[in-house]
Amino acid sequence: MDDPLVIAGTELSSRLILGTGGAPSMRVIDEAVGASGTAMCTVAMRRLDATTNGSIVEVLDRHGVRILPNTAGCRTAREAVLTAELAREALGTDWVKLEVIADERTLLPDPVELLDAAQLLVAKGFHVLPYTNDDPVLSRRLQQAGCVAVMPLGSPIGSGLGIQNPHNIELIVAEAAVPVVLDAGIGTASDAALAMELGCAAVLLASAVTRAQRPDQMAAAMAGAVTAGRLARTAGRIPRRTHAEASSPIEGMAVL
Amino acid sequence: MKVVVNGATREVDQQTLGELLDVILTDTRGSAAAVDGEVVPRAGWAGFALHEGQSVEILTAVQGG
Repeated sequence: MDDPLVIAGTELSSRLILGTGGAPSMRVIDEAVGASGTAMCTVAMRRLDATTNGSIVEVLDRHGVRILPNTAGCRTAREAVLTAELAREALGTDWVKLEVIADERTLLPDPVELLDAAQLLVAKGFHVLPYTNDDPVLSRRLQQAGCVAVMPLGSPIGSGLGIQNPHNIELIVAEAAVPVVLDAGIGTASDAALAMELGCAAVLLASAVTRAQRPDQMAAAMAGAVTAGRLARTAGRIPRRTHAEASSPIEGMAVL
Repeated sequence: MKVVVNGATREVDQQTLGELLDVILTDTRGSAAAVDGEVVPRAGWAGFALHEGQSVEILTAVQGG
C-alpha cells in the first residue's frame, strides 16, 4: 500500500523516524537504521571532539536517509535558534527538530521558550518540527506559528512509559492540519502501534531501540508496529461495546 | 594571537577562520562554526579574519535523539 508520510511537501517512505541517541556504538546505529527501514534520522549538534570514533553523518549518508538535526539540550529560544542556524550550515538542511527543555530532571519542553523559538525560526525560513508537550492548545499555537509538524511526547524522554495521555494525543490529531509525530516515551512495539492507532502520522523514537538488548531486532519490531498501527487506523476499527456481540449466526441453532 | 576555541584558549598562527578550520576539521560535512555567538556561513569562512580574544565555537553532528 502506497501511503507515504508527507511533511512540508516532502515524501518520506517510512513513518518511523529514528533518533540516533543512546547507542553504545556507531555499529549499533548502523544496524538499527538498516533494520528499521527509516527514511529520516535525528542528530544533535555538539562541540567538535577529536576523540569521537566515526562520523554519524557518514553512517546516515550511506543509508541514504534524510538527516534531521535537533536542538537538544537548549533551554532558551536564543540558544535553540543559534543551534538551528549552526545545524543548517553544518548539514545543509532547513529542517529542524526544535527542542527547548525546561530542566534536566524531566526534560519536558518549556512551552513559552518553545513557541518563541518556533516563531523566530519560521521567520528565518526554517521548517520547524517542534518536540512539544501533549497539550492540544500548545500544538494549535505551534501550528499557527507555521510549524510543519507537531511532535507531542507520549511520556518523558527515555522513560519508556509509553503514551500516558492517549486522549490528548487524539485531541491533537483531531484538529491538526499538519502531521502529528509521537515523539518520546515509546518503550516497546505496542506503544508505537498505539500511537499510529490514535491517528499519529509517524513515530519518532530513539532509546527504545538504541538501548534495547538487541537494537536491530527492536528496530524491526518498531517498523512492524508502525505499519500495523497505521493499517489498523485507516482500516477503521470496530466500536467498543459494553456487552458481547456474537459473530456466529444467532438463527438456525439446533434444538438439542 | 590567542583565541578561545570551544572554551579553551589557544595560540594560533592562522589569520582567518577558514585557515583555522582547515587545521581542525578533517571533513567539513556535518560541522559549523560561530564566532562570538554569531554563526559564520560556510561561504564566509575563508574571508573571516580572526582577532585576538575572539571566541570560536566549532560544532559537529553527533548521535542524538
